[in-house]
Amino acid sequence: MTASSATHANAVPVLALGDILLITLQGELHDTSAEQLQYDISHRIAHSPLPVNGVVIDISGVDIVDSFLGRILAEIAATARLLAAQTVLAGMRPAVAITLVELGLTLPGLDTALNVDRALALLGRAPAAPPPTRPEEGA
Amino acid sequence: MHAPLAPTTHLPIGSDADLAWVRQQVRKTATDLGFGLIQQTKLVTATSELARNTLVHGGGGHVEVTPLRAGHVCGLRLSFVDAGPGIRDLDLAMTDGYTSGGGLGLGLSGAKRLVQELIVDSCPGRGTTVTVTDWASGLPAPRTGTR
Ligand SMILES: Nc1ncnc2c1ncn2[C@@H]1O[C@H](COP(=O)(O)OP(=O)(O)OP(=O)(O)O)[C@@H](O)[C@H]1O
Ligand SMILES: [Mg+2]
Repeated sequence: MTASSATHANAVPVLALGDILLITLQGELHDTSAEQLQYDISHRIAHSPLPVNGVVIDISGVDIVDSFLGRILAEIAATARLLAAQTVLAGMRPAVAITLVELGLTLPGLDTALNVDRALALLGRAPAAPPPTRPEEGA
Repeated sequence: MHAPLAPTTHLPIGSDADLAWVRQQVRKTATDLGFGLIQQTKLVTATSELARNTLVHGGGGHVEVTPLRAGHVCGLRLSFVDAGPGIRDLDLAMTDGYTSGGGLGLGLSGAKRLVQELIVDSCPGRGTTVTVTDWASGLPAPRTGTR
């Protein structure tokens, strides 16, 4: 038995949070999904009716980053920057960070934060899920 | 010699989805053998690099996964096998930053740093086999520090 029945790699959703795009990567990311994501993000930045000023990529659920995914992440950040948006990589696991350094992939030029809230703070925004301080509005 | 602890498993490397499957299987086997989290992460990352080379440069192939035991220490041997064009200049291929394609050229040289032993056996025109061996505790074969 092989995995070839699972050839349909899932697309990664891109959420808009005001002028920030939030992308959450989870588990096994296929190469084609990573490439699709790269295209989706630049397309969203360039064609969104509202301006996009920042991109936060949450990789806390990713258990390995190899040179392929590392290159895609660096290219996403470089493309976003050319389109006037800043990218922050959030939540890298310590084991992944140690491995990347040993692999020789230190991703210079990629801003990082320990989690999504800090990434948003770095971009000058409020946390992703603020406590419901004004319940009369939400419900 | 190191006795095999369990029979060798063959996994195909012919697609994107196979790469994901191979990573998962190596992760699971390394966990079962008692590899720590950081060592697992390094081994699975090296696996991803080598399996992708088998797919992209070697035109596809397979990986042989063999759990090992030496005394009380468990290890894992992975052989990535293809019948592709082979590597003409191995020293060049092992150099950080060298790529014949559009990569970063970190796969092979980086993978060597992530595991205790990495051996490339390649014959131009007949294919490439890359074999890595890693022991759960870092023993009995510590990294020899070839950079
Ligand atoms: N299985 C293989 N068969 C043939 N050539 C190979 C094989 N593996 C590696 N090579 C050669 O060695 C070179 C270096 O490999 P390496 O993995 O370091 O870099 P890369 O694959 O080009 O880029 P990346 O950083 O994305 O992995 C390759 O460009 C290729 O020419
Ligand atoms: Mg490679």
